Amino acid sequence: MSNIQDIVGDLDALTDENADQYLTFIIAGEEYAIDILRVQEIKGWDKVTTLPRTPEYLQGVINLRGTIVPIVDLRKRFNMPTIVYGPTTVVIVLRVVGEEHDRIMGIIVDGVSDVHNLKHNSIKAAPEMNGSIDARFVSGLTTINDKMVVIMDIDTLLNSSDLDLEDNVA
Amino acid sequence: MSIDLSQFKQTFIEESDEGLDVLESGLLALDSGTADDEVIHAVFRAAHSIKGGAGTFGLNEIASFTHVMETLLDEMRDGRRAISKEGVNLLLNSVDVLRELMDAARDDVAPEMSRANEVQAQLDVLLANNDGQVQSADVSDEEQTGSGVSNSGSEQKGWIVKFRPHEHMLRTGNDTVRMFKELSSLGDMENSADLTTLPEFTLMDPELSYLSWTITLKNNEEQGDIDKATIEEIFEWVEDDCDLTIEPLFEGGLVETEIEPSEPVENVIPVAEAATISDNVKPIEEPPVENTSTERVSPKKKKSSEGGSIRVGTNKVDTLINMVGELVITQSMLSQMGDEFSMDKLEGLREGLAQLERNTRELQESVMRIRMLPISFSFQRFPRLVHDLSQKMDKKIELKMTGEQTELDKTVMEKIGDPLVHLVRNSLDHGIESPEIRLAAGKSEMGTINLNAYHQGGFIIIEIVDDGAGLPKDKLLKKAIEKGLVSPNENLPDEKIYDLIFHPGFSTADQVSDISGRGVGMDVVRKNIKELGGNVDVTTNPGKGTKFTIRLPLTLAILDGQLIRVGSETYIIPLVSIIESLEIQTENINSIAGTTEVYKMRDEYIPLVRLYEVFDVKPETTRLQDCLLVVVEGDGGKAGIVVDDLLSQQQVVIKSLETNYRRLDGISGATILGDGTVALILDMSGLLAMAKEIEPVRSYANA
Repeated sequence: MSNIQDIVGDLDALTDENADQYLTFIIAGEEYAIDILRVQEIKGWDKVTTLPRTPEYLQGVINLRGTIVPIVDLRKRFNMPTIVYGPTTVVIVLRVVGEEHDRIMGIIVDGVSDVHNLKHNSIKAAPEMNGSIDARFVSGLTTINDKMVVIMDIDTLLNSSDLDLEDNVA
Repeated sequence: MSIDLSQFKQTFIEESDEGLDVLESGLLALDSGTADDEVIHAVFRAAHSIKGGAGTFGLNEIASFTHVMETLLDEMRDGRRAISKEGVNLLLNSVDVLRELMDAARDDVAPEMSRANEVQAQLDVLLANNDGQVQSADVSDEEQTGSGVSNSGSEQKGWIVKFRPHEHMLRTGNDTVRMFKELSSLGDMENSADLTTLPEFTLMDPELSYLSWTITLKNNEEQGDIDKATIEEIFEWVEDDCDLTIEPLFEGGLVETEIEPSEPVENVIPVAEAATISDNVKPIEEPPVENTSTERVSPKKKKSSEGGSIRVGTNKVDTLINMVGELVITQSMLSQMGDEFSMDKLEGLREGLAQLERNTRELQESVMRIRMLPISFSFQRFPRLVHDLSQKMDKKIELKMTGEQTELDKTVMEKIGDPLVHLVRNSLDHGIESPEIRLAAGKSEMGTINLNAYHQGGFIIIEIVDDGAGLPKDKLLKKAIEKGLVSPNENLPDEKIYDLIFHPGFSTADQVSDISGRGVGMDVVRKNIKELGGNVDVTTNPGKGTKFTIRLPLTLAILDGQLIRVGSETYIIPLVSIIESLEIQTENINSIAGTTEVYKMRDEYIPLVRLYEVFDVKPETTRLQDCLLVVVEGDGGKAGIVVDDLLSQQQVVIKSLETNYRRLDGISGATILGDGTVALILDMSGLLAMAKEIEPVRSYANA
């Protein structure tokens, strides 16, 4: 896909201190990006242990080398139609910065796509949104290869207070 | 001093904490009059080393405060001052102040001095009051005159220090060269050694100190006047190991009488040595500095994690190393077997694996043992508490402690501290009566509180027993009816009535004192203990006393569990809460009002809890006759948990869900099974509470 100009552009961005690296992933055909420094690891989908009486999108917990890590299904989180987990379904394990302490949490996405260098000035503020994705969860929008990519604020998204607030629903 | 000291500061503070404990327990012993000379010596030594250390680390507030305490203790030690209740109480207050100062030093913040100043003023008053009776000169007094001279004497040029080390001084690790070097940094120093006591070369023991010195220290124009305290500070560590006099030096008052011809030679050598020493030290100096700067970032974090360090006996560490050694041997044996494996070696492989299992288990047990501390760590604060409170309330109370050596896990210990304090305070306040009432009731004037700890199975039992009035049954019942907890014509068994004290907002105290009786306590005590997987019960005997019994698991890190299966989920029930497991006989099932199911087990009816309903999972079957029943006990009541299958029993390592998520009702934690999957550990009390709340929707119940 990438032509020589893109590569040169990427190289420019690499050396540019006004740019950060982002990991992009796909949910329901849409592309999202997260700060790559928060990514601990990417692993294939495996069976989780469900937690009783938790919001539906909290898929369960997994054992990550002796640590119990909760996994959130982003499709369910955003009220998108669910799919059967397949071989490309992946879990991205992230470090979430919380008020008291950092947590390790995982998100289930349809697949990871690429790593991009994004200049700060290429990221546009998100417009007011009125849908299943709350504007709070979006830290900005950008364009990669003429496609819009949503940059996600994982701290707000996976913030425990948010998970706590909604567990009354369950 | 050319060595960076901050790296030792943490150690100093930890040691001082121990010193403070010695101080406190010693002072309490003094107070009760059971102390011998050794106790006051120990107390004095503790204060002295805190002072010395604090001075070295530049913690001047602590040093000067401890100095006043030490003066008072010194007088007590020498018998110049009677050990009065007043004095001991003041010293106990001082210990509290020192703790605060120490905490401030640990966090590298400026200490709150208002209380310190107040107590110090009281100490000064006490010292001054006694001046008349004291035969010999008061130490602080002497110092005052000393500094007075240094201020008033305009013609004073410096100081004459006569320093005669005792023979053994060098053996205590003190180096005269270092002291001279520091002295010389204060001003112009002339030093003369007295060689008269030096024995013949053949008779000389190189480890003994034979020399004495007369040091003339002249004020230097650049550095200004030398303070006497600065000089004293240099000799701080050796003041018990030498004869030291510091006199002001006046114009023309040079002491020349003791100068001997060989003196300059003696003088030159130490200085030269000192120079080389400082050269050697310099390169090492750099890294520690960087160390401290990185350490400085984290002090806040340290505090919040409430972790800190533990001291572990060397024997425990040795055992561990041995076991790791065995583990390594077993591992290499197995890997060698794996390299050239054939079926005839199968037996050997089995043996090897069995050995590996044994090694692992032993290792695990030893590691757990490292975290075990004697409960005396928790008990040691009580003598002080009882002492203070009994004075405040004009009661006479004796505290007896047994089983202080009973060990339990450090994390449990940290969390049981507050509930214990609360229970002891309660016994003091509500339990033990005032001396008059006790005498009138025909009891001895002195009330007793017994703290007792012992092991029972995988539990530690802590008992708090008082011989006070016991719980007022009628009053409890009246209050409960008032609050609408109990209906007036209900006939409650005694233990249910006494159990009411653990109900939120329940206090029978007529007056709310600042010690207890606000009614916020006992329910919190029970809650905290429950959170630790334990339980607290009360038994009482009107007029004779009350006994609180706390039952706690020895460790929070491991438990014996019964694996159960519901649908496709595996859960773990702690073995301690299981009474029995049985197959369900349908004729024993009864239902109340069509919703609540109870099971007749021998002569009692226990409620059934369908786990799949509580946790909203898909079960294998809803037909009770195909299920198994696990009878458990939690929160004072029994219940039967309906499960699909019983799996194995095994020890599980408890992992926290809170680390990355949060606490969940009915679940105390999670663990990782042999196949790497996560299984949830059920919290019986929480689960039974949840089951009560659930509106039974039994659409397919009787299918």
